[in-house]
Amino acid sequence: MADFDQELDASGLNCPLPILRAKKTLAGMEAGKVLHIIATDPGSVKDFEAFARQTGNELMESKEEGGKFLFLIKKV
Amino acid sequence: MDEKKLAIIATKGSLDWAYPPFILASTASALGYETEIFFTFYGLQLLKKDLDLKVTPLGNPGMPMPGGMEKWFPTLLTALPGMEAMMTSMMKKKMASKGVASLEELRELCQEAEVRLIACQMTVDLFDMDPTAFVEGIEFAGAARFFEFAGQSDICLYI
Repeated sequence: MADFDQELDASGLNCPLPILRAKKTLAGMEAGKVLHIIATDPGSVKDFEAFARQTGNELMESKEEGGKFLFLIKKV
Repeated sequence: MDEKKLAIIATKGSLDWAYPPFILASTASALGYETEIFFTFYGLQLLKKDLDLKVTPLGNPGMPMPGGMEKWFPTLLTALPGMEAMMTSMMKKKMASKGVASLEELRELCQEAEVRLIACQMTVDLFDMDPTAFVEGIEFAGAARFFEFAGQSDICLYI
């Protein structure tokens, strides 16, 4: 697991809440900082890819571990 | 990159149809879209401070019912007194158990994200609606106001 600066646990939340919470958390972070997101919504995998492409934030890692979906997003 | 724009017309006032406008608008704003929702006719119910929206299986053959009963349950019986209240309560429980946000929460997220909410003035007059029954921070306007923004939008949805 790479290092991260902040963590967001979006477990149990369904579309579009993980994206909205991530957006809000990123808004309070400095550029270059990394956010670790934990989600249980299977739709969040494609959604975070699309979120990164459209907002320019970098999706550094996306993986599944023990039924959870884990993402590392670096703020632009 | 120019900011993209999303314009939505929300025309329906049932619990199920209240979700698409708020889900799409809040997500769009998270993606950097400038977003407006124009609420007209029954869609104005979505702007009430006290949301009392219902869902009904009546005339809605696509609506899944508990235990797959939509496959055999006679259509006529969906009109029975209490069916609407029962299905509404079951739908709300189901949504909460699946981590789907409440409408109040989604609407608040939209307002926080500066999604502009516009109430159709004509509908307010038509149904003698009380403007103070709506949430704060909305605008009252007409069709021309909608086109001002919709005309420059990248995506325009009628829901």
